[in-house]
Amino acid sequence: MKSLRIGAGLGFYGDNWEPVVASIERGEVNFIASDHLAELTLAILQKDRQRDPALGYARDVVPMLLRLWPLMRERGVRFVCNAGGLNPHGAARAVLAAFAAKGWQARVAVVTGDDVLPQLLDASAPPDHFAHLFNGEPAASVRERLVFANAYLGAAPIVAALNAGAEIVITGRVADAALFLGPIAHSLGWSLASREPADLNRLAQGLAVGHLLECSGQGSGGNFGSQGAWQAIPDLARIGYPIAEVYADGTAFITKAPDTGGRINFDTVRQQLLYEVHNPHAYQSPDVVLDMGGIRLQDEGQDRVRMTGARGLPPPEQLKVVAGYRDGFKAEVTWGFSWPDAWDKAQAAQATIRRLLDEKRVPHDELFVEYPGLNSAHGALAPLPDAAALNDTNEIWTRMVLRTPAKAAADGFGRLFPWLALSGPAYTCGFTGLHNTSELLGIWPTLVPRAAVEAGVQIEFLGDAA
Amino acid sequence: MTQLCIPLARIAHARSGDKADWVDFGLFAWNPAGYRLIEREVTADRVQAHFAPWLAGEVEAWPMPNILALKFVLKGALQGGGARNLRLDNLGKAMAGALLRLEIAVMQEELDQALHAPRVGWWPE
Repeated sequence: MKSLRIGAGLGFYGDNWEPVVASIERGEVNFIASDHLAELTLAILQKDRQRDPALGYARDVVPMLLRLWPLMRERGVRFVCNAGGLNPHGAARAVLAAFAAKGWQARVAVVTGDDVLPQLLDASAPPDHFAHLFNGEPAASVRERLVFANAYLGAAPIVAALNAGAEIVITGRVADAALFLGPIAHSLGWSLASREPADLNRLAQGLAVGHLLECSGQGSGGNFGSQGAWQAIPDLARIGYPIAEVYADGTAFITKAPDTGGRINFDTVRQQLLYEVHNPHAYQSPDVVLDMGGIRLQDEGQDRVRMTGARGLPPPEQLKVVAGYRDGFKAEVTWGFSWPDAWDKAQAAQATIRRLLDEKRVPHDELFVEYPGLNSAHGALAPLPDAAALNDTNEIWTRMVLRTPAKAAADGFGRLFPWLALSGPAYTCGFTGLHNTSELLGIWPTLVPRAAVEAGVQIEFLGDAA
Repeated sequence: MTQLCIPLARIAHARSGDKADWVDFGLFAWNPAGYRLIEREVTADRVQAHFAPWLAGEVEAWPMPNILALKFVLKGALQGGGARNLRLDNLGKAMAGALLRLEIAVMQEELDQALHAPRVGWWPE
């Protein structure tokens, strides 16, 4: 039966591409698909683009491809990624310029059309359009503060680009799993348009595969949340990112390259299967809605898991959009006090700062305090020792964060602290945060009719096949 | 028969992730005996009450017996979302650890089964 093998690239902007080398050299992959865009990444890219209009893409795609492309090219492996971010053409130009400097060639397809900011900015739109997906708030409440808005495209433009011979496909925002479903549907000749149950079930298998691979090492034993079990996962320093072998009937095997670290088994695969899923019977994508309720994961041993049983339902008539809006500023400081009386000294210093904020009438919405080493990961669910024990502890670290609509208030926050080194409680160290204002962004999830977006999707080709 | 109070970490593993202002959890039993316990004890209401001292959001739950797992979504968990959250764990990635602190009541015999029945997953020595 016809099949293909596809390997995971990055799981986020800043991830490690070195494990992809093993997948290409020893994993017999036909494709690598690489997810550079977490939900918040577009916020980072927006700041880059504000500084320089040529930016706005995930810049790691350039060094990544300089490392991997020679290995891929000689084996005929093709590459799909969403590193285009807010500027897919910019990413493609940067890749091709870096290739040209090496004397390399590649046929690169650029997918655009996910940017829906103009539609959200249109104040003449009916007031119920682009309402907040979770709480129904109208878009008018954030319209003037929006900085980006991108729809999640599906696999169709990726399939079209690969059908037309693209060796590298660079997109902006697409559904993460579509980066994988595209090459799968292209290779196995699956129709994305069919609404036949059997065809939808195959697409659902492909989407589940994509979902299992889109977070790189998290699909092969990385970040394995457990008490006392993670230690049995071997050699994370040489982790092999997951690889899927997918057959024409939809049957899929999750595995990894031989002689790599990590672990592929029922436990590591199912942790990823439910990751960032809400209703597991209706995992939304532009191509198919996946019901995980009938999925079977069977260990075959030797880091190989068989997956069957995904059910597919017709995709929604609307596409998900994630927009970001400016939402004030934060400034944070961290500092420590040592034994003796560490807790009481931390409280006294904190009270001093609160008094200064009051006296100087520093405008702020929130003063958030947590104690790294005590409760910053689990908040009120982290059991704290009593005050006597805390005073006897080695050291107490305080992290204080100001949330304010006024940038000047954030800029001045760190300056409230240094004098305490000589004039506050004793045995303090490790102060950081004199200058570290950053802008906060609110995330605005909403929906857009798919026809309005799909009419604007374009695929352009740059460069020449080698 | 002795009744015991145990944290979920004894019999289950978990991962959390974020979407906008929601944190979601997968909670996984190692074997069917463990799944019977988490399915019985770890309801949406229990999870909501567990997080309430810290995060007051609503909880939705879905059982996934095909993979011996429970899925939870905790709404309003991230101060409006990761890019405006002031916590060090702004994306809630460490919150699955907090779920594993949740204590459930089990009989000694049930616990023994959950701890000593073989794991379903392939874990070579």
